[in-house]
Amino acid sequence: MIQFQHVSKRYPPGINALSDIDFEIGDGEFAIIGGHSGAGKSTLLKLIAAIERPSSGVVLVNGQNVGALKRAAIPYLRRNLGLVFQDQKLLFDRSVFENAMLPLSIAGFPPREAGKRVRAALDKVGLLEREKAMPIALSGGEQQRLAIARAVVNRPNLLLADEPTAHLDADTATEVAQIFRDFHQVGVAVVIATYDGASFAGARQIVLAHGTMTSS
Amino acid sequence: MIGWLTQHRDALSLALRRLTATPVNTLLSLLAIGIALALPAGGQMLVANALHLAAGSAPAPQISLFMALDAPRAAADAIGAKLQKHPGVKTARFVPREDTLARMRSSEGLGDVIDILPKNPFPDAFVIDPKDDAPAAMEALARELNQLPRVEHVQLDSAWVRRLDALLKLGRTGVALLAVLLGVGLIAITFNTIRLQVLTQRAEIEVSRLLGATDAYIRRPFYYFGVMQGLLGGAAAWIIVWLATLWLAGPVGELAQLYSIDFALAPLAAGDSLLLLALAAGLGWLGAMLSLRQYVDGS
Repeated sequence: MIQFQHVSKRYPPGINALSDIDFEIGDGEFAIIGGHSGAGKSTLLKLIAAIERPSSGVVLVNGQNVGALKRAAIPYLRRNLGLVFQDQKLLFDRSVFENAMLPLSIAGFPPREAGKRVRAALDKVGLLEREKAMPIALSGGEQQRLAIARAVVNRPNLLLADEPTAHLDADTATEVAQIFRDFHQVGVAVVIATYDGASFAGARQIVLAHGTMTSS
Repeated sequence: MIGWLTQHRDALSLALRRLTATPVNTLLSLLAIGIALALPAGGQMLVANALHLAAGSAPAPQISLFMALDAPRAAADAIGAKLQKHPGVKTARFVPREDTLARMRSSEGLGDVIDILPKNPFPDAFVIDPKDDAPAAMEALARELNQLPRVEHVQLDSAWVRRLDALLKLGRTGVALLAVLLGVGLIAITFNTIRLQVLTQRAEIEVSRLLGATDAYIRRPFYYFGVMQGLLGGAAAWIIVWLATLWLAGPVGELAQLYSIDFALAPLAAGDSLLLLALAAGLGWLGAMLSLRQYVDGS
């Protein structure tokens, strides 16, 4: 599903965010990328979603070399991924329903079918009752759950999340972690960058330190 | 196909939402575009009316030939015979000096003046319709007729028509110039409003890209925004011109009556109205394209 082959990422002026990363994540696997802040966890996720391109090495996602994708092909890669961002990136001028709808509008889904999928996704994260609310009215945990609903509404086979439990209290973090486990249960591969390994006990651990892998 | 339609409908409704989200800004932009476009549109309306007036009241161009005052009737008869045979002359109507005197005497206010004159001040005259009424041909004919014996003066009646024609041509050029200048202004207005839109929608553009939006998807609502702003601005211009027509119709009607001309100010013609709206929409699209090229592409 995901393959890193001797991947390095340098930012000017010569900062090595990642060096010689080499691992493989199989279909339906649950993996967390661990390590301290600044270890290169976010960069690694960005390489998978073609938000960044590797300086050297090859990143394969579903057999596709995403580092070499043409600009015009990148949108179609991202439509097959579920992305949960560290800062969530919700649109605060749109309702919960419309936020979750966005990936389907982008993909050009017929509205009726899209509406059903959005409600299903909101139901899975327990936000169906709040579909008309604006994101500003949601708690931190609810906003995170909305971000997850938006990530899975496309029914991707790969879900990427960057620090999904940061800034959440312990109980809420456990709830959110459970949602990811549920998706893993139904066959979705889940890759989570987090320093909070405890919430995702049992998952495969890939640990980074200063841009290099220390264990996997 | 349905997906494509849905995306366009979504983009259109998003553009509408953005237009109505900042009503004051939108109204000011529409007013600016409306006034900018009303100038050339109003100019076109006036020129079209003037053309209509000129076409309706300008007689076929004629040449008037006046004999010398002391020329005997025989000389006039000789000229008349020559005119009948002249290849450049279609018809030539003889106006005896007595008739002219009688006509002038009957006209209001002139009768008393003419009565105190010692003798008939009017010469014998001919009114000539030329075969070829092109200005150059008429001038050549007039010069030739002026050489005939005892002919005092030959006058081209078409001079004022040509002056009016030249004036209208100038008016049309002026309208075209205004249209080009203010069209560029409209592009600039759209460019700037789209730029501001892009800046305020930064977050949305970024999120959409991360969720797999193509460039076309990102640009589409801005294009609709530009086109709709242009179209609504064009409609505002049309309304301004229409109000101006209503406002001017009274005074113009009075003036026409004073000159006993049958004339009413016509509003912008249907073709011109459509052209105005199409141009406004097209220029809005162009402004959006330029702005997007600057602020969205490659980001």
